[in-house]
Amino acid sequence: MKLMRDTWLIFQRQILLVIRNPVWVIIGIVQPLYFLFLFGPLLKPALGVSTNAEAYRIFIPGLLVMLAMFGSMFVGFGLIAELRAGVIERSRVTPVSRLSLMLGRSLRDVVTLFFQAALITLLAIPFGLTVQLGDLLLAFLLLGLIGLMLSALSNALALKLRSEDALAPLMNGVAQPLLLLSGILLPLALAPLWLQRVADWNPFAWGVDASRALFAGHPGDSSVWRALLILAVLTAVSLGWAARSFARSVR
Amino acid sequence: MMIETKGLRKSFRSRDGRAKKTVEAVRGVDLSVREGEIFGFLGPNGAGKTTTLRMLATLIEPDGGEATVAGADLRRAPGEVRRRIGYVAQGGSTWDEVSAREELVLHARMYGISKADAQSRAARALDAFQLTEFADRKCKTYSGGQRRRVDIALGIIHDPRVVFLDEPTTGLDPQSRAHMWDEIRRLRGEGMTVFITTHYLEEADALCDRVAIIDYGEIVATGTPDDLKREISGDVVTIGVNGATAKAAELLDAEAYVNKLETLESEGVRLFVDDGATAIPQILRTLDGAGIALGAIELHRPSLDDVFLEKTGRSLRES
Repeated sequence: MKLMRDTWLIFQRQILLVIRNPVWVIIGIVQPLYFLFLFGPLLKPALGVSTNAEAYRIFIPGLLVMLAMFGSMFVGFGLIAELRAGVIERSRVTPVSRLSLMLGRSLRDVVTLFFQAALITLLAIPFGLTVQLGDLLLAFLLLGLIGLMLSALSNALALKLRSEDALAPLMNGVAQPLLLLSGILLPLALAPLWLQRVADWNPFAWGVDASRALFAGHPGDSSVWRALLILAVLTAVSLGWAARSFARSVR
Repeated sequence: MMIETKGLRKSFRSRDGRAKKTVEAVRGVDLSVREGEIFGFLGPNGAGKTTTLRMLATLIEPDGGEATVAGADLRRAPGEVRRRIGYVAQGGSTWDEVSAREELVLHARMYGISKADAQSRAARALDAFQLTEFADRKCKTYSGGQRRRVDIALGIIHDPRVVFLDEPTTGLDPQSRAHMWDEIRRLRGEGMTVFITTHYLEEADALCDRVAIIDYGEIVATGTPDDLKREISGDVVTIGVNGATAKAAELLDAEAYVNKLETLESEGVRLFVDDGATAIPQILRTLDGAGIALGAIELHRPSLDDVFLEKTGRSLRES
């Protein structure tokens, strides 16, 4: 009860801050739009499909996964700024629940992500994207898990490193291979076998496959439940780790 | 006692290049702070002031020792301590993009206070700290003094029994500092116990009912400013001797009426004597006899800086 109340308090404040300074939310939306407009037109010939709409139906579900990844991986920078401003310390001297300090922020990241993803989905409809509501909700569940996992990891790392200079290279170093090995830009079916085997170890590649299956109207595809299961487990582990590091360094 | 500590210790591991070393920041601090007093924690930078304060405010865990804060055991019931204390950090504590009112309401609610109560507390605090005029402007538009007042208003929004202020006037101009002193006295007037750290001697002298002096992680003196000064019996005479500091020091140190002598970086010596009025003619005679030209000569009652000098062998201003 106290945990929920405290989480709600922290979430409200965090959302207020996002609304007052929405620049990062906007950048999060603009980035996939760039891909949609500047990279999308290359896809029809590259994928060997007959219409642009067909190419976009393959591309956009992956783009949403990219949005979930990149929108959440860098939230730790905000936490470092808050550590420096003294607002974390100010929270720590109150009896507020330590876990809520993390959950309120993660909840902010998931809500922001849903807003961005809904906007991109709507904007993609004129490009030929089609989806059933039920499948879309499952896809958003998938995105939400990815967002929650990466935001928890990013915040936990921020608490450990406490410096942008350490967090930035780490995040960039991890983000690039994860992106390239996820089949977001081009399906991994086009990749040589060894690359496909490496990508099998990338949970986000599973996420992209599942997202594509859902937008193609195949919620029963085995990639869907597999991805949901893998991501749910990883999310639970990340949340556990982040909660521990919050409880420890934010004693 | 509002705060009582016994043997409080804390060390940090730090990395100096490749070698790891342990820094003992606080090495066994015993303190007793009475209810309703302004207690000053005085010492040079790096002496262990902030570390001690952060331990008492439950922000870092002591390595050893015991403490009771506002009646709650620091190590066994940190949650209870949190409910009873307020803490104002040195470096500020507000988000740029929200207003003082929004900050105060949220902070009160983090103590479990209801929304309506939090709002009326915020309004009262804004009024008491003369912040009402810009209460709904974003914190980033405030001056340094205004921000500091917001920080302190946040620290006491839940009516704590003790409030810890870490260098509350550092970086403020003289007018804001005087204003801040009034605010702190007002808190005491409301029955709160105030624990402040400072490295300003005038501040400790003017504001604090009692002070403790910490150096290298240990308490070297505790008492009221007057008691501490009285411990140094007699008067302090400061003499400027251009270019002849060493010689003057040597001559005067040999005199029987000089209890203690310190050379100053600013070409001069400081003498601790039993009675300044009788000592000065003798000093003049001694120096004159040696042909040492005198600069300024000053007689004063011991200050807290003299106490610090007496206890640690160096001046707080120079350290």
